[in-house]
Amino acid sequence: MSEEEKERRKKGISRRKFLTYTLGGTGGFLASVMLYPMVRFAVDPITKKGAESEFVDVGPVDEFNETYKSVQFSVKQKDGWYMPEEGTKLTAWVRKNPDGEFLALSPVCKHLGCTVTWEGNPDLKNEFFCPCHFGRYDENGVNIPGSPPTAPLDMYETKVENGRLLLGKIVPRTGV
Amino acid sequence: MLRKIYDWLDHRLDITPMWRGLADHEVPEHVNPAHYFSAFIYCFGGLTFFIVVIQILSGMFLTMYYVPDIVNAHASVEYLQNEVAFGKIVRGMHHWGASVAIVMLFLHTLRVFFTGAYKHPREFNWVIGILLFFVMLGLGFTGYLLPWDNKAYFATKVGVEIAASVPVVGPTIASFLLGGDIVGAQTLARFFALHVFFLPAALLGLLGAHFFLIRRQGISGPL
Repeated sequence: MSEEEKERRKKGISRRKFLTYTLGGTGGFLASVMLYPMVRFAVDPITKKGAESEFVDVGPVDEFNETYKSVQFSVKQKDGWYMPEEGTKLTAWVRKNPDGEFLALSPVCKHLGCTVTWEGNPDLKNEFFCPCHFGRYDENGVNIPGSPPTAPLDMYETKVENGRLLLGKIVPRTGV
Repeated sequence: MLRKIYDWLDHRLDITPMWRGLADHEVPEHVNPAHYFSAFIYCFGGLTFFIVVIQILSGMFLTMYYVPDIVNAHASVEYLQNEVAFGKIVRGMHHWGASVAIVMLFLHTLRVFFTGAYKHPREFNWVIGILLFFVMLGLGFTGYLLPWDNKAYFATKVGVEIAASVPVVGPTIASFLLGGDIVGAQTLARFFALHVFFLPAALLGLLGAHFFLIRRQGISGPL
């Protein structure tokens, strides 16, 4: 290559590079126009996470006292194109706090999502127990150090209307 | 960056000869539209393959939502079309692409026929092409049932009746297609299996043979 030629090439890009870039760019654009709708279609559930939920009546307030009681109730939950007539079943462990407020705990273990039960282990009194990996929570639903869970049990939003207890959506525990 | 990754792989695996062997081949003047515009008729085979690629991709994505079951099939199609982002586009690609693929395949067949490209020594590739044609028709027929709406149901009923009219083996073919006594749950399940597993596998195998032969034998000469 002559000095002159080298000088000329330094200034701009070569014909081959230019063609590589333009053809690659055009091809990439066309491919992405084709692929974008399909990928967006596949990842759609990510954008739809977390639907609104309404408060559900779980019974008169005088049914609950200072010891935990489990209540079953169902919420309307849409599962894609499928909406079960009878709704999706949920459970809450409900008790009345000393201050008169209600505490409704979700039975889903904060370790890996199994179901906890109040005094589920006969040897562990006054505790929530998860049978999967021996997760333990004290009488306030707070995880006991040294057992697998790393956070207190989630709770339902509660509200009292006309002497009846209503449960809302599940939120992380606060005030413990 | 890409260059470096490629060089790293090439240094260890010597991949350049693999794709070079595929990529480097002479395109004869008489099939190059840059020389003769009328040579665009030689593009139909490649266009058919391009549409097939789109069909495979869009079909793969559709199965992320579709359920092959008489209770859920129509509901899941309605859901993916109306409630999932770009559902209309993805299903539309598959729906219209199915027709475009048959049209392209037909134009490709006409070109091969009228340029006499099927003649010796390429008669075997013509036979493979005809088999590909039947596999594509089978894909169209089985796919038509899957939305499980009225059109799908009666089209399949008619198709199965036609199959049943074949002398001697007709009723056997019809029972095989139906999987039971009526167009119902079992028909939908096996049409789905044929549509997404068996026929695409046959299609890819035959396409491989088709492409291998055309590279081996070269493109037929000018008229």
